[in-house]
Amino acid sequence: MTTTETPGADLPLQQLERVVIRFAGDSGDGMQITGNQFTQTSAVFGNDLATLPDFPAEIRAPAGTRPGVSGFQLQFSSKDIHTPGDAPDVLVAMNPAALVVNLGALKAGGTLVVNTGAFKANDLKKAKLDSNPLEDGTLDGYRVISVDINVRVLDALVDSTLSTKDKSRCKNFYTLGMMYWLYSRPLDPTVNWLKVKFKSRPELIEANELALRAGYNAGDIHEMFQGQYEVPKTEELPAGTYRNMMGNDAIAMGLVAGAQLAGLQPVLGSYPITPASTILESLASYKHHGVVTMQMEDEIAAICSAIGASFSGSLGITTTSGPGMALKTEAMGLAISTELPLVIVNIQRAGPSTGMPTKVEQSDLLQAIFGRNGDAPIPVISCSRPSDAFELTIDAVRIAVQYMTPVIILSDNFIANGAEPWRLPDLKDIKPFPVQFAEDPENHQTFARDEKGSRAWARPGTPGMEFRIGGLEKDIDGNVSYDPENHQAMTDQRHNKIAAIAQTIPTPAVDGPDSGDLLVLGWGSTVGILTQAVETAREHGLPVSRMHLTHIWPLPKGLEEIFSNFKAILVPEMNMGQLTRVLRGEMPHHNFIPHNKVTGQPFLTTEVTAKIENILKG
Amino acid sequence: MSETATTKLTRKDFVSDQEVRWCPGCGDYAILASMQKYMADSGADPAKTVFVSGIGCSSRFPYYMNTYGFHTIHGRAPAIATGVKVANPDLSVWIVTGDGDALSIGGNHLAHILRRNVDVNILLFNNEIYGLTKGQYSPTSPVGTVRKSTPMGSVERPFNPISFALGCNATFVARSIDTDAKHLTKVFAAADAHRGTSFIEILQNCVIFNKDFYSKVVDRSVRADMTVDLRPGEQVIYGAENDKGMRFSAKGLEKCSAADADLWDPTSATESQAYAISQLDQDPDTPKPIGIFRSVEAQVYEQQVHKQVEAAVKDKGPGKVQDLVYSGDRWTID
Repeated sequence: MTTTETPGADLPLQQLERVVIRFAGDSGDGMQITGNQFTQTSAVFGNDLATLPDFPAEIRAPAGTRPGVSGFQLQFSSKDIHTPGDAPDVLVAMNPAALVVNLGALKAGGTLVVNTGAFKANDLKKAKLDSNPLEDGTLDGYRVISVDINVRVLDALVDSTLSTKDKSRCKNFYTLGMMYWLYSRPLDPTVNWLKVKFKSRPELIEANELALRAGYNAGDIHEMFQGQYEVPKTEELPAGTYRNMMGNDAIAMGLVAGAQLAGLQPVLGSYPITPASTILESLASYKHHGVVTMQMEDEIAAICSAIGASFSGSLGITTTSGPGMALKTEAMGLAISTELPLVIVNIQRAGPSTGMPTKVEQSDLLQAIFGRNGDAPIPVISCSRPSDAFELTIDAVRIAVQYMTPVIILSDNFIANGAEPWRLPDLKDIKPFPVQFAEDPENHQTFARDEKGSRAWARPGTPGMEFRIGGLEKDIDGNVSYDPENHQAMTDQRHNKIAAIAQTIPTPAVDGPDSGDLLVLGWGSTVGILTQAVETAREHGLPVSRMHLTHIWPLPKGLEEIFSNFKAILVPEMNMGQLTRVLRGEMPHHNFIPHNKVTGQPFLTTEVTAKIENILKG
Repeated sequence: MSETATTKLTRKDFVSDQEVRWCPGCGDYAILASMQKYMADSGADPAKTVFVSGIGCSSRFPYYMNTYGFHTIHGRAPAIATGVKVANPDLSVWIVTGDGDALSIGGNHLAHILRRNVDVNILLFNNEIYGLTKGQYSPTSPVGTVRKSTPMGSVERPFNPISFALGCNATFVARSIDTDAKHLTKVFAAADAHRGTSFIEILQNCVIFNKDFYSKVVDRSVRADMTVDLRPGEQVIYGAENDKGMRFSAKGLEKCSAADADLWDPTSATESQAYAISQLDQDPDTPKPIGIFRSVEAQVYEQQVHKQVEAAVKDKGPGKVQDLVYSGDRWTID
């Protein structure tokens, strides 16, 4: 906390409820690290927060160009917040390209921190600028803090043995230091992180820490800011132990936990694909938890190896993104037909085809529910935020093993790489669901069904249980059958089994009155934006309720009754109306109003609030 | 312990209750019978044996073996078998595939399972034709194959399955013939004993769409002169009188008298000799090699995978979910 010993204490200290910062620079400038460090420090400090990383798919697009701009936005607050914020209060621009790409988002009258050292003629040319925005009036109306970070960082590291190039690479930590000073953040979490990150490179620990402290002290010594701000820790979050969490990490942990609750060895078959690869990487580092990972030759081999593992009696898992889902489609049908458990994770990105790999979209919903040959039902669960991904992943594992079915978990890039405080669950509260393998050959039939409609799981290695299964239609013993009545019966049984899962899914709660003129219904990563938009609408005196789906197929029971109590149901989605289509198909008598956006960026709360107002005010 | 493992099983114990539905006269029958007999004779435990197949005539094989079986999707059997074996390394895993399944739609997976050296046995039934889809040319059909999809003859150069496998650094590569039960059984035994991926091409007659395509090699009347059996540690000799041989000279592989024939060593440091021999059948006047082309030791994929898991457990201690979740920077709100 800021005390009188802190540099700059003689400058005014102002309390703020919430701040939105966007760090923007070249892909090579380390903006994601800078943003993540600010996030981590704010989390440990005790703020509520939400983040929006926004980076190009190219690892390093040509330096200084507009396509190479990488951004990281976060909102941190002393109140309970739901979104990374619509418009930044502060934009940190490391070069002209970052400035022009992001300036439009900055709040009117907002603060701009500009690295003037990167605004030379050649830099302007790379950003395709005819004149210097620092001088041509572009920045009129903003509060501009000009700092030659390029020079400052070299000055700070004058005694370092690093090359000039390596010294320059510390400029993101100088920048981070400045922002830490401006918002009265502690330095220790980042210093500690540096010590772990560069364990084998002490010279880098030293240089980055020096740059960080120099940036921090500059806030005071150079009096570049007119004062310091403080965003106090939040008192609004429920009591508990928290950590900062990103969606992909939560899914990886959920897979380990789910497999353990089922009593199974988790076996991942995967193929690297943005933005899902970090799940593979995390699971590969969890070998001491008994996790087996196979980086296979392609997406098809990835799911097939996972299916093979499930055939052997392990928990087969595969992780991917939309194009990979397309390739895995036929194999999903095999797992459906042979009724083997399998967890399929799709971190959605903007499509179609390769689309925009690092941008957010929710456009794989219909692919997940319906995208296979034949009548091939699969349960579909969607994470909404990093903090619900762990428990939803466990639920996916539960459904997979209890119902002998592949299960699709949908997430997206906003959840995958976004971070928020996660109140850690008491693991003792999560009920185990241990798998009982069939081991008694007496009267056993491979596709005989239990009261849930599921089949027993027998595995190779069990004496006397030898069976053959495959993707051809089969009879109750697993033998090939082309009998017309049998095909109807097996199709019905597979359909009914998946439909029955609805009995184990709680009806989602309605936020607000349980009847009225308008219900806002969402799924996936829009949850924060929709929560905020609905709160804002209510502040404007508009009666509106909200519901969010996590289990999308089968739909939870009880929706029909809830929907009947609303005149209209607004369904905002980052696609062209996919959930709306599903709902209209399942419950045709309600007034579903789609609200769609596919820019690769999340909704702004103002966009949703405006739509709500538009509907309610006619 | 399984009851079946302690009593001596017969071929019939490996025959499933399913009616075999290959065309009468299909080479698959002979291979199936040889395999069922080999399983019994070798003391295989049906409970620990898994046959995995893709799609095609050959891929119905698992339904007819009274072991565990998984009839999967086209071309993907190697990937599925990799998962089966990694998840439970105690299982004896056999893949049954065909020339289309393994070398066309599944070519990628075949290459990678051979490269990884997963301890499974692959039987590639090669009839140089697509049978199940009614007679289109396959990736092993000779140039000029006239069929419904190639009315003017195919214009593609075929794969040589043995050369393909050698090119993938396969650790065990062999070829046999559907109707030669004795030779087939010998090759099965060598493949079964090999630790790592064993690849066996089996020349297999499709009596409907490519009848007797291999007759100029395997017919009784020509067989002795038109095949040469590669037997580890023995001379490369052939001919009805066992009077002909092969040797490697500075000019490469050449025919010679039996007395001058080289000893066959499938364990040599490189694949070069095996590759040279695998290419012999490009010339219709030279015999087609069968037997064991290659048999070398290399690290086995699933063993390495599990060794890493064991090493991580030893190094870090058995992981607890509690520690995983409750790690990193945490803070408490009261």
